[in-house]
Amino acid sequence: MIEAININKSFGKLQVLNDISFSSGVGECIALIGPNGCGKTTLIKCLLGMVVPDSGGFRFKGEDIAKGWAYRSLIGYMPQIGRYPENMKIGQVMDMLTDIRQKHDGLDEDLIGAFQLKKLYNKRMGTLSGGTMQKVSASIAFLFRPEVLILDEPTAGLDPIASEILKEKILVEKQNGKLFLITSHILSELDDLVSHIVYMQDGHIIFYKAIDALKTEVGETKLAKAVAHFMNNTTS
Amino acid sequence: MIKIVKYILLDILRNKIVLAYTLFLLAISFTVFSLEDSVQKGLLSLLNLILFIVPLVNIIFSTIYIYNSSEFIELLLSQPIKRRSIWLSLFIGLASALSISFLIGAGIPVILYCSSATGLMMVLMGVLISIIFVSIAMLATVKTRDKAKGIGVAIMLWLYFSLVFDGLVLFLLFQFADYPLEQPMIGLTAFNPLDLGRIMILLKMDVSALMGYTGAIFKDFFGTQKGLALSIFVMLLWICLPLLFSLRKFNRKDL
Amino acid sequence: MKAIILILCSCLCLSIIAQCTTVRVGKQQAITTITDGVMKAGNNDTIIVESGTYHEKNLVIAKPIVLLGINHPVLDGDHKYEPVSIKADNVVFDGFKVCNSAISSIVDYGGIKIYNRRYVTISNNILEDCFFGIYSQNCQGCIIKGNKLTARQAQEQQSGNGIHCWKCDSMQIIANTITGHRDGIYFEFVTNSIIWRNISTKNMRYGLHFMFSNSDTYAANVFENNGAGVAVMFSHHVKMFHNYFKENWGDAAYGILLKEISDSYIDGNKFEKNTSGIFIEGASRIEMYNNSFKDNGWGLKIQASCMDIVLKNNNFIGNTFDVGTNGSLVLNTFTHNYWDKYEGYDLNRDKIGDVPYRPVSMFSMVVEKNPPAMILFRSLITVLMDKSEKVIPSLTPENLRDDHPLMKPLQL
Repeated sequence: MIEAININKSFGKLQVLNDISFSSGVGECIALIGPNGCGKTTLIKCLLGMVVPDSGGFRFKGEDIAKGWAYRSLIGYMPQIGRYPENMKIGQVMDMLTDIRQKHDGLDEDLIGAFQLKKLYNKRMGTLSGGTMQKVSASIAFLFRPEVLILDEPTAGLDPIASEILKEKILVEKQNGKLFLITSHILSELDDLVSHIVYMQDGHIIFYKAIDALKTEVGETKLAKAVAHFMNNTTS
Repeated sequence: MIKIVKYILLDILRNKIVLAYTLFLLAISFTVFSLEDSVQKGLLSLLNLILFIVPLVNIIFSTIYIYNSSEFIELLLSQPIKRRSIWLSLFIGLASALSISFLIGAGIPVILYCSSATGLMMVLMGVLISIIFVSIAMLATVKTRDKAKGIGVAIMLWLYFSLVFDGLVLFLLFQFADYPLEQPMIGLTAFNPLDLGRIMILLKMDVSALMGYTGAIFKDFFGTQKGLALSIFVMLLWICLPLLFSLRKFNRKDL
Repeated sequence: MKAIILILCSCLCLSIIAQCTTVRVGKQQAITTITDGVMKAGNNDTIIVESGTYHEKNLVIAKPIVLLGINHPVLDGDHKYEPVSIKADNVVFDGFKVCNSAISSIVDYGGIKIYNRRYVTISNNILEDCFFGIYSQNCQGCIIKGNKLTARQAQEQQSGNGIHCWKCDSMQIIANTITGHRDGIYFEFVTNSIIWRNISTKNMRYGLHFMFSNSDTYAANVFENNGAGVAVMFSHHVKMFHNYFKENWGDAAYGILLKEISDSYIDGNKFEKNTSGIFIEGASRIEMYNNSFKDNGWGLKIQASCMDIVLKNNNFIGNTFDVGTNGSLVLNTFTHNYWDKYEGYDLNRDKIGDVPYRPVSMFSMVVEKNPPAMILFRSLITVLMDKSEKVIPSLTPENLRDDHPLMKPLQL
């Protein structure tokens, strides 16, 4: 469904993405992990068209994303730090997005209900705490029932209850055959969720493996340990 | 795109600075018209307002607004919307909001106190100048990533158009005083929209003085229908070109 | 005794009047041409001319007679002749329409020309398309009154002056309307005369052209939209009262151009929308009171060659520049004028500003030196220049200032 083909990107002298290629299909839940500054967020932004690669590019359902914009209606995106117009209220943001997408029926308001956001609809974005902001971002990402969900550090800033709610939701949607792309530092959180792992470092993809294969390969049942193990092996 | 414009416009109109700017213009305009003993002097004060305050407020407000709405732009970018639509909506929103402010703040007093050709020309030029400086601000912001630096660039641009450019013209005039400079001067004004707007207003305001000496040459050029049309066309170019350049840059910009 | 003399005198007068006869000229009358009528008439007779068109070639009036036209009979010069030549004293020529005089570059043909005579009256005539309109040379005590002169030539050398007086004395030019001539009214070597209530508009060169003419007065005239306004030159003891100078626009157009004038008065005039209201050069001892300068490019341009000029109680309103000058020498007095650009204050409430007003702006000096700089007028840089100049005068003449500027405009 999503194909990355030889993506290169540099900010000034810093090569952030170096010849990135991978492809993933329906029903996968991919964890994009790696140390800070390895290019995870840039890669996601490339997929969303926010960052324009120097060369190469993504294909979404076989079509080059550089030429289109309509593909984004199939993507739900939850940014690492949600940034919204400060003057707008939560309700207005929701209304605006539904208005712009012109999709009023069949909205997925599960998370809005679970996070009890309706009570906060009259609050201005500028006054929200980081956690609430993340709740709003998550709700928006799932709102339009997209086929692909991109979650950038989804649980960072969420309290354990909210974090649990979100995980539940991800599991449900995974069953529904959606493609997930999740970045996170907290590997333990991803344990039950992910089916594949992409490990990035310094703009390279070090490996892209199914999680079961990885676990059996290194003989660890916990994801964190498996990854750590693997990293030690590759770096040494 | 109309929907995005609607949301941007609503957001800007809610902004207290735009409201303050409108009230400020309104207060100043009414004050100059009711304090000065002649309408002519009121118009003169208003001219200074249009030439100095309006560009400054427009360029700085637009710059800050665009930097501040980077979140909004990001949010929209993750939605199925063309980049071009986002950028143009931003421009249309800013330009129309600031034009409306100007029309309310300066247009209403002018129509109430002095709806002469001079007054109407002033309002027209004020609106054009407002939009031009929004357009220039968009180019300035898209070229610089850092907010502080961008505001600095905006102020420098304002200073350039309202002071430095004319200083250079004056310098040239005295350096080449022995040459016939009237024709090149006409050409030179095209490079500063503020000069162009100012001359269009002068032609209505100081027509007696402009009939003398070389002023007659300016009058013969700018005073005709053709000159007026050409001047407005050049001002429209000043709106379109920076906007187009900024759009091209924005289409390839990383956010 | 006195009564007898009075009766005798009355009888004498009556007998003279009784001697005068009236001759009627008209297409239906016995006499059909004016030339014939003039020939048949005796001295002091009256000729009444009925309406119609008369091709008299050159009508010469060499007797002291009265010619009265009824409903403006037309005297047509057919572009070949001078329609009317007056060569006798005490002629009255009234109520005709004179048109199509010859045009020449050698002879100054007039529509009506008075040759070296005294006490001639030219009144209530219409002159159309004449080379010169009413031409008086070497005359004295003539009255030119209520005539309407129109010319339509496109080129200056094809057109003569409307009312042209050369080497005359004690003339009265009253209530004439002149349009389309080279100069509306032209005075050269004319003394002790008055120009009163005339309207001179749209003439190619000057509305009034005035040279070497001393001790004259012109009052209550309107000079509007003439090619170069009004020129008053090389004269002394001229009085200019209550005239209206309006919309004289152009590179070298002035409300009045004063050149080499002395001992004169300019009082109660209105200058509106001229490129320069008054341009003064080489003048001395002129008193300008109660004039109004409104909406001019330059209210007053006063060259450094002027001295002892007094400007008092004038209004300067809405001018782009109030006063312009070309040097730093100032031997003139500005006082008690109203300047609408004055920004001073009046603490003691005596209606006179407490700080002097400097009517010459820095930018007007800059434009004087470098005319194309006009394109920068009212830009921030020039506003800053003017403001700083007000604080520390450097370029503008230090003592060109009004120490007693009025706070309120005068009712003029």
